[in-house]
Parts: sequence; structure tokens; C-alpha cells
Amino acid sequence: MRTLEQTTQEVLDLASKHFNVPAGSLAPEDDFFKKLGIDSLQTLEMLSRLENHFGIELPDYEVQGVSDFRTLASRIQSRL
Amino acid sequence: MLDLSQYQSIGAALKDALEQFSEEVCLIEADREREKDRLTYRDFKDRAQPLAKALQDTVFAPGDRASIIMTNQSKWLISAYAAFHAGGVLVPLDYKLTPDEQWQLLKHSGARVLITEYPIWRQLSAAAAGRSMAPNVGTVLVTEAPASADLGGAQRWEEFRGNGEPTFVPRTRQELACIVYSSGTGGRPKGCMMTHENYLEQCVALTSIYPFAPGVRYLSILPTNHAIDFMVGFFGPFICGATVVHLRTLRPEYVREAFAKYKITYVSLVPLVLKNLQKGLQARFDELPSGKRKVFSAIVAVNKALTKSRPRLGLSRRLLKQVHEPFGGELRTIIVGGAFTEPQTLQFFYDLGIPVANGYGLTEAGTAITVNDLKPFRADTVGKPLPGMEVRVVSPTADGIGEVSVRSKTIMSGYLNEPELTAEAIVDGWLMTGDLGRFDAVGHLQLFGRKKNMIVTEEGKNIYPEDIEAVFESLPVKEFCVFAANYIWPQRSMVGEQLLLALHLEPGQTYTDELRRDISVRNSKLLNYKRIHGVVLFEEDFPRTASLKIKRNALAEQLAKLDRATAFLPL
Repeated sequence: MRTLEQTTQEVLDLASKHFNVPAGSLAPEDDFFKKLGIDSLQTLEMLSRLENHFGIELPDYEVQGVSDFRTLASRIQSRL
Repeated sequence: MLDLSQYQSIGAALKDALEQFSEEVCLIEADREREKDRLTYRDFKDRAQPLAKALQDTVFAPGDRASIIMTNQSKWLISAYAAFHAGGVLVPLDYKLTPDEQWQLLKHSGARVLITEYPIWRQLSAAAAGRSMAPNVGTVLVTEAPASADLGGAQRWEEFRGNGEPTFVPRTRQELACIVYSSGTGGRPKGCMMTHENYLEQCVALTSIYPFAPGVRYLSILPTNHAIDFMVGFFGPFICGATVVHLRTLRPEYVREAFAKYKITYVSLVPLVLKNLQKGLQARFDELPSGKRKVFSAIVAVNKALTKSRPRLGLSRRLLKQVHEPFGGELRTIIVGGAFTEPQTLQFFYDLGIPVANGYGLTEAGTAITVNDLKPFRADTVGKPLPGMEVRVVSPTADGIGEVSVRSKTIMSGYLNEPELTAEAIVDGWLMTGDLGRFDAVGHLQLFGRKKNMIVTEEGKNIYPEDIEAVFESLPVKEFCVFAANYIWPQRSMVGEQLLLALHLEPGQTYTDELRRDISVRNSKLLNYKRIHGVVLFEEDFPRTASLKIKRNALAEQLAKLDRATAFLPL
């Protein structure tokens, strides 16, 4: 079982890979809309990648209003 | 299609539609790749009647207000019909608002009943302060709650059922059907009071250009609380016996799948999604090997030439099979609304044989004012006025541009509890839209920006700057004010709208990195579409009224004297 820290790191790694930003440039408290310069649709794409990676289903309502990596990771963690 | 001239209310028309089309499929609901539900009009009636009866037996009197806060799904429409059947007024609210915003609007609307989904209720009930603010909401019905969930006084929607036939409560055309919030949860929420006549007339006008019928399938993606989806994803298709498809997740891959799986005929999108679709298609075309790309471009050029005067769907589908097949091969039109769409995006789809019905509308006007009738297609305008719409341009400048105003039976009766705002918006029966436009020689309307201090995002969200100032309260500056950049420096453009924060610093204070960071942190607390894009420094006291309120118009005039290129400091 992953810890929340591990899950958070995997979320950051996957986001930096998917959106081509340097590894290590993202922090848990970062606002992913702003840091990655993405819109709500691109966020949904990122969620699909995360679902495949973690092997979970994350309903859209779970991420409603979430904009930072740490909260996103905690929502994933609760479904692992 | 039912003859709507014979009806007095939405409820009466829907009631007859459920009988007339009883064997047709009215709703399909899918979650990812799984189809969860498929209802005929008879099934729909069977599910709605017990809810209507329970409402009547308990808390709900004719004229009472019922609010729905749900994602797009079958229970949204079933609940809405039940409320109309019982003679109620519907208050559809945006499920994407924060719980506090939702409670504010619930209070403002005077809703007695709230119908919502469990995940939304979980957040709403956690906002205790908000709930205590809206004691008018006496009954809460929650769908899809887990068996073990504590609903904090709410009732399960699935168990809220009455026995026997509910009494159908007739309404007249002039009575209130819905209160639709066009924007704002700040000082003055704008609850548009829409009558039954507003909807009946709008439906007749729209279906005269984009007809529905049994077998037509509409993919409902825009939130149903939005005026467009309420009309073309509920009332319009229902009174014609068509099918509405709901998806419980809006991930692009499942939306794409749904087009082909359900052979979608119509869909409504906001410009942002349409543009995303364009990017995806363009990327696919760019990946073609050079030879194939040339052939493909030539076929597109042929299609463009052959559809110059009107769409020829059958021909386009044959010519560009590889483009149309992923869309299911039966897509007639993409309806785009909620915000302005760039002409090159519209042209891109039209050239591929996929007409985009671009138009122009406001919630206050009962959805659409103008629409492109595709005879021929024009990407550079928002089309011609719909039947029954009188549209004029007020006080035009020498180049013919002025404020667009509208008069028709579809115009709202006013803003709820806001006589002053209503008087500003509706002058001698004409709705002043606040948008700048001009008619061309053949009667098409072209838009050139906004006259009012607001922006509309590509996702179709209306944002009034004063509604977002709360997060900047106690900012360590002398005074501040938020504006739409185009309001200060008119760009004559409907795209790329931005918000700015005008700052007046304390004597001797400078605009430091620390202050910029403070603004950024506060800004990040706003939903992403509400964020400001930059700062403008102003060196004088803001003009204020005797009661010390900022005179926004006067301040805007002074800010306009600054050079945008140098004064606007991006965050």
C-alpha cells in the first residue's frame, strides 16, 4: 500500500511527464491550473492518465473544485 | 412535434409528450463505457409521477419553488418534470458553484425544496453556515446516497414516492416557470424570472430551424441548469419525441466514444470544448503522411466548394468518411453557445462537413436571439434574428456599431427581487444586452465586444468583477477594484477577455514581489475561470460616492487614460 507521500510524488511525476515540464519543478501545494497552464478539459485528460496509472476510477465529482496536487493525491489515496 | 401554440405551460406540453411518444426512447444514461439506464417516455412518466405525488402530499404547493443542483442525468429531468406537474417553479442551479454560493442562491431564490446528488449534498451539508442562512429550504431530496450515509435531515430521492395519481396543476403562460441565475453571487445575484411563455415561444423558434423528431439523439453535455441545455437537452427534444443521452463523466475519451456508440444527431458545446475538438482533429490531420495529407486537403477543398451555398450532409459524410465516422456518421449540427466562438473554429468544422450552429443569446432573452440558419453558412457573424425576435442596434456610431437590444415574447419578466436592475436591463419593453453589434447588408448580426463591466469565459461563464473582490479584502494597499479589461480599453473583440485588479498603493508603498505573491495566492483561491490576469497601478484616490462606494464608471474612465500596453502588469 502506498503512503500519501508516495502517491503525491507519483502524481507529480506523471503530471510533469504528461505536460512536459521538468521533473522536480512541481510541488504538492502547486495550483496545477496555473503551474501547468492547463484548462479544465486538459485536467480531465490528466485525471484519465492518473486513473490508468493507479488502476482506480475517480468520479468527476471527487475532483470538483480541486486545484492543487496534494488534494488531488489525497482524493486518489482514498480510493486505493 | 406538439403544436405548442395550444399549450399554456411547459408542464402541460411535457405531460402530453409523455403520452404521445410513450414507446419512444427518451433517455439514455451512460457512465464511462457502461450504459446505466434507458427509459422510454412511458418509463419516464412512471418514475416522475410518484415523485410529483409525494411533493404534493407533503410540502409542495402550486407556485412553490424547487431547486435542482445536479450533474446532467435522468433524475434531473424527472425531478424537473415532477415539479412542473405539481405546478411548481424550477430553480436550476450550477453544480459547479461552491457550496456557499449555492446556499446564497438557494436563499435568494426562496426555494422550498432542494433536489440534489449525494456528492453535492455532502459538500452542501458541510457548509453549516450557508445552510443556516437558507431556512426557506425545508425539504432536501438526495439521489444515489450510499445505504450507510447520514443525510443530515435530508431524504432519499429514491424513497420519496407517493401513491396514486398526482394532480396535474395547470399554469398560465404568464406565470413563472423558472428562476435562472445568469451570473453573480456577490452583492446582487441576477435571478432571471422566466415565464412559461418564454420557453414555449423559444422552443417554437428554435425547432423551426433545428428540428427534433423521434430517432433524433441529443448528447447533453452543457450543464442542464444552463438555458441552452434546458431548451435543447430537455424541453425541445421531449416535445418532439427525441432521445437525450447523458454521460456521468465528461472525460474527452468517453465523450468521443458516445458520439459513435449512440449515433448522436445534435450536441451543444461551449467554445472551449469545440476548440479542443478542433485541436485534436488538426493534430490527427497533421500526423498523416505527406501524400495522404495532400489528398485529404484536396477532398476538404472539394467539400468546401460543394457546400458553399448550403450544407450537404450526405455528400460530406461520403467524401470525408474518416472524419465523420468517429462522430457516429449521423451528426447534423454542433450547437455552440454560452460564449463567443472564433470564426476560424466555425469555418474549420464547416469545411469538414460538420455545420456549427453559432448564434447569440442571453439567459435574459430566453436562450437564443440570433442563430446562423446555414443558408449559406457564415463564420463571421452570429446569424440572423430568430423568428419572433425584434433586434435593433441602439445609438449606432458612424460605422453602425451600437448596443444590441431585443424585444420578443421570450424576454424574461425581470430579475427576482431586483426592480432597479430590471429597469436598467429592460427599457420600454426592450432588453438592453450590453453587447455591441452591427447588422450587415443581408441582416446578419456581427458582435464587437461588450459595453458592460463583465466578461464571458470560453466555458460560457459570466463573471461580474464585483463578485470576486471579496478574496482581495484586507489586501495591504490603500484601495483596489476589479474590472474587465475590455470595459476600460474597448478592444472591439469578443474573445480573449481578461480581468484586472486596479490598485492604489499607500503613500510611499511600492509594488513589490511580496505584494504580487500575496495577490497571486489570493487569486489562486478563486475558481480558475474567475481569476484576474494582471494588475494596474493607479496613483490617485478612487472616485467615491457620498456613501464611500467606489464610482466604478468614473474610475474606469480615468484608468482608460493609461496606456494598456505599459499599465497592465501580468500576474
